[in-house]
Amino acid sequence: MRRELRAEWTKVRTAPGTAWLPVAAVALTVAVSAAATALVSCPSAGCRYDAPKVGLSGIQAGQAIIVILAVLSVGAEYGTGMIHTTLVAMPRRTAVLAAKATILTALTSAAGTVAVLGCVLAGRLVLPRNGFIPARGYPLLSLADGPTFRAAAGSVLYLVLIGLFALGVATTVRDSATAVGLVFGLLYVLSVLPYLISDPGWGRFLWRISPMNAGLAIQSTRHLAALPLGPWAGLGVLAGWAAGALLTGGLLFRLRDA
Amino acid sequence: MTFAYGARSFARLSRAEWTKFRTVRGWVLGMVAAVLVTVGLGLFAASGSHSSCGGPDDVCPAVPIGPDGQAVDDKFFFVHRALNGDGSITVRVTSLTGRIRLPDVTPGVRREVPRVEPWAKAGVIVKDGTRQGAAYAALMVTGRHGVRLQHDFVHDTAGGRSGVSETAPRWLRLVRSGGELTGYESADGRRWAKVGTARPQGLPATVRIGLFAACPGDLTVTQADLGGAIAASRFAQATAVFDHVSLQGEMSGGAWRHDDIGAAKEPDGAIHHPGGVVRTGGTFTVTGVGDIAPRTDGQTIEKTLSGLLAGLIVVVVVAVVFVTAEYRRGLIRTTLLAGPRRGRTLTAKAVVIAAVTFAAGLIAAGVTVPLGAHVLRANGNDILPVGPLTELRVVAGTAALLAVTAVLALALGTVVRRGTVAITGAIALVVLPRVLATTSVLPVEASRWLLRVTPAAGFAIQQSIPAYPQVTAFFSPQAGYYPLSPWAGFAVSCGYAALALALAVLALRRRDA
Repeated sequence: MRRELRAEWTKVRTAPGTAWLPVAAVALTVAVSAAATALVSCPSAGCRYDAPKVGLSGIQAGQAIIVILAVLSVGAEYGTGMIHTTLVAMPRRTAVLAAKATILTALTSAAGTVAVLGCVLAGRLVLPRNGFIPARGYPLLSLADGPTFRAAAGSVLYLVLIGLFALGVATTVRDSATAVGLVFGLLYVLSVLPYLISDPGWGRFLWRISPMNAGLAIQSTRHLAALPLGPWAGLGVLAGWAAGALLTGGLLFRLRDA
Repeated sequence: MTFAYGARSFARLSRAEWTKFRTVRGWVLGMVAAVLVTVGLGLFAASGSHSSCGGPDDVCPAVPIGPDGQAVDDKFFFVHRALNGDGSITVRVTSLTGRIRLPDVTPGVRREVPRVEPWAKAGVIVKDGTRQGAAYAALMVTGRHGVRLQHDFVHDTAGGRSGVSETAPRWLRLVRSGGELTGYESADGRRWAKVGTARPQGLPATVRIGLFAACPGDLTVTQADLGGAIAASRFAQATAVFDHVSLQGEMSGGAWRHDDIGAAKEPDGAIHHPGGVVRTGGTFTVTGVGDIAPRTDGQTIEKTLSGLLAGLIVVVVVAVVFVTAEYRRGLIRTTLLAGPRRGRTLTAKAVVIAAVTFAAGLIAAGVTVPLGAHVLRANGNDILPVGPLTELRVVAGTAALLAVTAVLALALGTVVRRGTVAITGAIALVVLPRVLATTSVLPVEASRWLLRVTPAAGFAIQQSIPAYPQVTAFFSPQAGYYPLSPWAGFAVSCGYAALALALAVLALRRRDA
């Protein structure tokens, strides 16, 4: 496994395209979060916003870059034919996929941690100016606060799981373009559908199985009772999607010719 | 080079691109998938939307239909007489007051405050009988929007901006001459200013003429826990005092009559929130609840197109791959050898992908909208009716939006030459703003901004019911009310596609393939 890990790390490190993707993910996440915190405001009459969730809303955009990173880590090999070389050098296919997943997890958690810290910092700086003050029930965003820490750390986990999910899908379909389309469809379209269906029963059901809605429940710190799923259960749904995609991809990777 | 030769060579290039498209199985299957996913998700969403009105027999009251065919609210207190032929009514309004119910603090304890709703309205009206939805013209004072002349539910002309108070009464006069009604207002009953002229549809010789009062429910908008906002409407009523009532013309049918038009009945037969009139000498005090306005809440035909977002993603993937596959396989060199005028070659590609996606979109929307509307109606939902031209605009506009998005994606693919990046870019530009505007915690203003400046502005082409400025309602992007008018929004999307295509031609000309 060490050989595979080293080979995959060398690939990621030296490919010109993938090197800047984690940086882009951090920049996009923090920028969108900062914009969202600058746009919301809490009037003196009070408001119902979930401040940590607003501060972390950039994750919804930043995850797109993580998806690209994950999809390219396997899709690009199929696109260029590099996969043949890879499998000649390292015939243990499960180990190859595990190495790819490990490297991706390491990269995503590093980028995710930096991005989340940036978001919390932006929230600390901007939110109090827009009326999110202790007098209206909004203390300064702080990782020492239990629910806020859960939201922040959970967001990093969320990004990791999104990356693994995309990796599994890309391994299954073996084409970057199709994989990216499929993952975005499952993430974004499935996340709007509950809002477009007026039947509340179906709406809540779709909300529960949607990887993005359920997964982002981990960011909620208020009105938890109104959520169709609890924070950890929601992240569990996303973990289920990731596991399913990775298992399918891994099985097909072993069974099919490259 | 002559024009005919140029046209012929362009036709040849387009044909070559069309041959490429139709012979790659994955792309054709992609288009079929785009159609199927749009139709399938749309019908699924429609079949999941049930509506019922409760009550013993679970029959919803029929929604009144206005003279132009749209669903309307027509609920007000009407004090009226019959007028044959031409004539006029003149009144002095000395006060307009109201009551509004506030959200309960202690459950079950009603809190009402004296306050006038901004669109509370009272004045003089000429109507084709007392049937809900009948043609009318009304001259009125409003809570906060001055004097207005409105007719047939959707038409609104602003008069003077000043309201009514004890010290500053307002005189109103509505003159009927054939099919035309002219409104005048005055501060003292001597010097009159013309407000405007209205021509209600098909007004018969004998009409009902008189006084009215109405008041739309008071609107509060709160932040929803799962994102977006919730609008709630609460009871509000308006009371106006009229004196110096004078009628000119041939009156028939005896004395004044009064009706609570469109009043809702309780199970025991009593009227829910009744209006009323008190007459003392020449003074009429009229109280009304409800509104005379086009209806803006309810299902719309474009609600059936919820699967379009998924269809859009498939179209983006196919359009991007239509060009990036050429780079990956080196086919681009052959293509440019056969069509060395690169701008022309790329334009031919854009024309082919636009035509294919437009056709696919036309099939998808053409099936989904009528079928989805049928399913929604069968599930007890009221769909706000629209004319055939609007329905055509929604269907063809949806197809055109797909085509424009495909061109944008193709251009992005040409510029960046990497499928994944181009697909992500196109989705981030077109799909993501719509998703954020619908589901996120973003405040309404930010959602509107997103739908104004991004290529997602083109979704406005699907809006079938306009946001009327004279109607009290929460016109949110979530409910399908876009910040730009349908064609303006579509033009924004077209602008982005044209810009991207121009950049792509430039990039293709400058770079080695």
